[in-house]
Amino acid sequence: MNGIHDLGGMHGMGPVDPESEEPVFHADWERRVFALMMAVSGGVYNIDEFRHAIERMDPAEYLSTSYYEHWLHCLEVLMVEKGQFERTELEAAWSKAVGAASGAA
Amino acid sequence: MADHDHTDPPSDTALRVKALESLLLEKGLVEADTLDAIIQLYEHNVGPQNGAKVVARAWSDSDYKARLLADATPAIAELGYGGVQGEDMVVVENTPEVHNLLVCTLCSCYPWPVLGLPPVWYKAAPYRARAVSEPRAVLKEFGVEIGEDVEVRVWDSTAELRYMVLPERPAGTEGLGEEELAALVTRDSMIGVALVESA
Repeated sequence: MNGIHDLGGMHGMGPVDPESEEPVFHADWERRVFALMMAVSGGVYNIDEFRHAIERMDPAEYLSTSYYEHWLHCLEVLMVEKGQFERTELEAAWSKAVGAASGAA
Repeated sequence: MADHDHTDPPSDTALRVKALESLLLEKGLVEADTLDAIIQLYEHNVGPQNGAKVVARAWSDSDYKARLLADATPAIAELGYGGVQGEDMVVVENTPEVHNLLVCTLCSCYPWPVLGLPPVWYKAAPYRARAVSEPRAVLKEFGVEIGEDVEVRVWDSTAELRYMVLPERPAGTEGLGEEELAALVTRDSMIGVALVESA
């Protein structure tokens, strides 16, 4: 698929920006999304389905979000597509998380 | 790090992850202990210190080096490393004539068992776009000048096949043992964006 993910040779991306003493994860949510992906992937979908879910992202969103946000998007999409839960259940869980966070603040 | 600052409200992304995790736990699709074990493994136990030991062994033992270059996966397994994202490994050797550089233009493929999880720049657009079209310019930004007489080979990793660079052993390290050699080998040298320097 010739999509936005096919970045080899593309111009205008700017300089490479290495970080010295880079941590494995940059926020706790990255740690959690990595672990969730690793824990569910085996039985529910394969690596090609995982990559395809990322490659189907909106191109502007793909470029403006971070690597582990791609993973989060992929998990949300695949779990619904594979019938593990309904989109409405995910939305209810979001509302609950937002409510818990604002209640705790 | 931001996650030590408990006064900040959680980001939308953090809340989405929290929501997803609670739903997956509720559905019994993941278990809390498994998540913690995965994080422990990849944050603390798997990393470029593994690949450094492979390189140090190859520098110290010519028979091992021959096995590593002929069929990397079982040679790496001799040191106890293997598994997810390293099921099929190829090791490419830097020499005075050839410098090797790794990339994954499509995503983030990387040899986890020997190098751990990839750094952000490896997964970001600039490196993926430019490593294949102007590798010498990219190397220069990393502070590596490759002579015009040296061939640069760029290896584009795939979901099935993962590469690791066997860097050149630096001069002046003849008397060092494997452990001392391994301490000189950096992650970047095994991606090909750095050379190994003697201490």
